[in-house]
Amino acid sequence: MSGNTPDPETLARVYRSLRLIRRTEEEIARLYPSDKIKSPVHLSIGQESVSVGVCDALNDDDMMSATYRGHAAYLAKGGDLNQMMAELYGKGTGGAGGKAGSMHLVDMKAGVLGMSAVVGTTIPIAAGYAFAMKREGRPSGEGRITAGFFGDGATEEGVFSETLNFAALHKLPILFVCENNGFAIHSPLSNRWATEALCERVRTYGIPTHEIDDADVFTIRRTAVDAIQAIRAGEGPQFMECKTYRWREHVGPGEDYDDDYRTRDELAPWQENDAMATTGEMLDAAERDAIDKDVEQRIAEAIAFAEQSPWPEPEELFSHVYAD
Amino acid sequence: MSTPTDPSSQRSLSYVGALNEAVEQEMDLDPGVFVIGLNVDDHKGIQGTTQGLFDKFGPDRVMDTPLSEDAVTGISIGAAMAGMRPIHVHIRMDFLLLCMNQLINMAAKAHYMYGGQTKVPLVVRSIIGKSWGQGAQHSQGLHSMFMHVPGLKVVAPTNAYDAKGCLTAAIRDNNPVIFVEHRLLYSTEAPVPEAPYTVEFGKARVVGQGTDITLVGISYMLVECLRARELLAEVGISAEVIDPVSLMPLDVDTIAASAGRTGNLLVVDNAWTVAGAGSEIVAAVCERATGNAPVVGRMGYAPTTCPTTPVLEKDFYPNATTIAARAFAMVRPGDKPWSPDAEPTLPHEAAFKGPF
Ligand SMILES: Cc1ncc(C[n+]2csc(CCOP(=O)(O)OP(=O)(O)O)c2C)c(N)n1
Repeated sequence: MSGNTPDPETLARVYRSLRLIRRTEEEIARLYPSDKIKSPVHLSIGQESVSVGVCDALNDDDMMSATYRGHAAYLAKGGDLNQMMAELYGKGTGGAGGKAGSMHLVDMKAGVLGMSAVVGTTIPIAAGYAFAMKREGRPSGEGRITAGFFGDGATEEGVFSETLNFAALHKLPILFVCENNGFAIHSPLSNRWATEALCERVRTYGIPTHEIDDADVFTIRRTAVDAIQAIRAGEGPQFMECKTYRWREHVGPGEDYDDDYRTRDELAPWQENDAMATTGEMLDAAERDAIDKDVEQRIAEAIAFAEQSPWPEPEELFSHVYAD
Repeated sequence: MSTPTDPSSQRSLSYVGALNEAVEQEMDLDPGVFVIGLNVDDHKGIQGTTQGLFDKFGPDRVMDTPLSEDAVTGISIGAAMAGMRPIHVHIRMDFLLLCMNQLINMAAKAHYMYGGQTKVPLVVRSIIGKSWGQGAQHSQGLHSMFMHVPGLKVVAPTNAYDAKGCLTAAIRDNNPVIFVEHRLLYSTEAPVPEAPYTVEFGKARVVGQGTDITLVGISYMLVECLRARELLAEVGISAEVIDPVSLMPLDVDTIAASAGRTGNLLVVDNAWTVAGAGSEIVAAVCERATGNAPVVGRMGYAPTTCPTTPVLEKDFYPNATTIAARAFAMVRPGDKPWSPDAEPTLPHEAAFKGPF
């Protein structure tokens, strides 16, 4: 745990979050063949430590922005689980009334900015939100910040570089977090990057960077805590590259190790190092069981809520085209 | 009939001055309003439309940007979601093509896709260029692309009064508004009240009454239509001229009612005709017609890229003469074709000497 051993409260909170995300997504995968979930799903299973480590370092009134692979970030930031499940089912009680599905989750009350299915699009929007936060005029050290999550593929979009430059120039209170899972759909980094020196590229914009290779949730958390402290002090953006691994297929509930673009051998070290399992082992068994039970109950309630919720009324098709 | 003239105001102001005044007043009223865009703070101040704002409001509210239209659009959207009211300025409409992803995939969608949890009160100002060699990439009128997408509003005021009122309304609107300006309108003047006011979107103006044909002029083509109306009067044809002002929402009622009375509808767009605003207006009017649909026509840019040399450029655009000739043929289909013997270039256009 590389010298980042957490206090008992943090340990329990982090484990609960990891467990909730993992089990929610496993349930989504279990339900998926029933066709009740009317949405493509991009599961984060295996990648949870990034969302949990970073979001645990955020305040409730901070914002977080993520991608279509956003279940983990949504839940880690405290997004409403019932509304998320109902949204996946396409029900009227979903966070966006059934207009978002899995790919556009949103919960502004919990600080979850809306997610996007167009790669890279939320990067400048997160920066824009941070731009507005900077103007709230809070004392140094007490300002709000935005954490923006995106994948390794998104860093290839021009808007990523444009946004880094703008954010650094204006010292925006934003923490950029790249979840580098090594693939864009099935395309490996070697097809896409001339060098893997992503942090070096980012540093040329004058942005401090942190590269974390082992996905250790407490290292990620500690790094985020320190970075966020500097950001709140007005020092401008920081960048984290968190290496991680997607255990399931790019989109959909299953595995794809027989699909000829990666092997199960590649997965093995990541699975041995699984954040949920390792943090669970650090907890006392009774406490862990109590958390697990509670998590199962919350998920069961969310599924029941989604199942029992009504469909949106037909006229909802025409609501929210324009804001009043 | 409404006119852009407010009798309470005798003060005449240019289109440039009207835009500038609208922004200054809204910035005074609402600290969340800010101007962002390439060169908005320099000594030229976007042809004067942002001049003086930097000195008054400072760099936090009148911000120059890196050459990053895509990101700056997204940043403006994010700031808008956080409750600010950005005005993102582009010296040419052509540059909006670098913003399409953010405008169409994010700004237009956010309120709907996020179930009403966010709003995007964003104004995107853009200027269509013409003449003095603007050419292929500084002359495009791309408004129809934005009209196509639910969630966006599109306005194209053609006089100083509407410029101020529409820009004020756009800034106060809780939706993304594509604000279409035309460079050759900048020097035109109209009576403009000093106090802030809004011009409601979705209301067309009948700017000249007539009985034989309805001419709808979009953006700068409204000016050409008004001149064509004078030329047509010389041969006894009475043209009604309508300025749609706002293209999305579009006031089909006013145009359809007029076309129903005159029996002829000619839409002249400051853009290409294919899949354009003119196509939409003609189709919407015909769809409403019960029984007698009007005779319809569309004019716009030649179906080519805009050339720079004036010898070719003059035939790229419709003008008062070609509009009048086309209208004559629609109203008097049996007659020998007629074309007015008039100077095709309007005086303020002739006075325009680039570079931009
Ligand atoms: C602009 C854009 N291009 C292509 C796609 C298709 N696409 C969907 S996900 C994806 C891979 C993105 O990879 P990465 O950013 O690393 O995120 P990950 O899916 O690994 O979480 C691609 C190419 C898209 N959605 N948007």
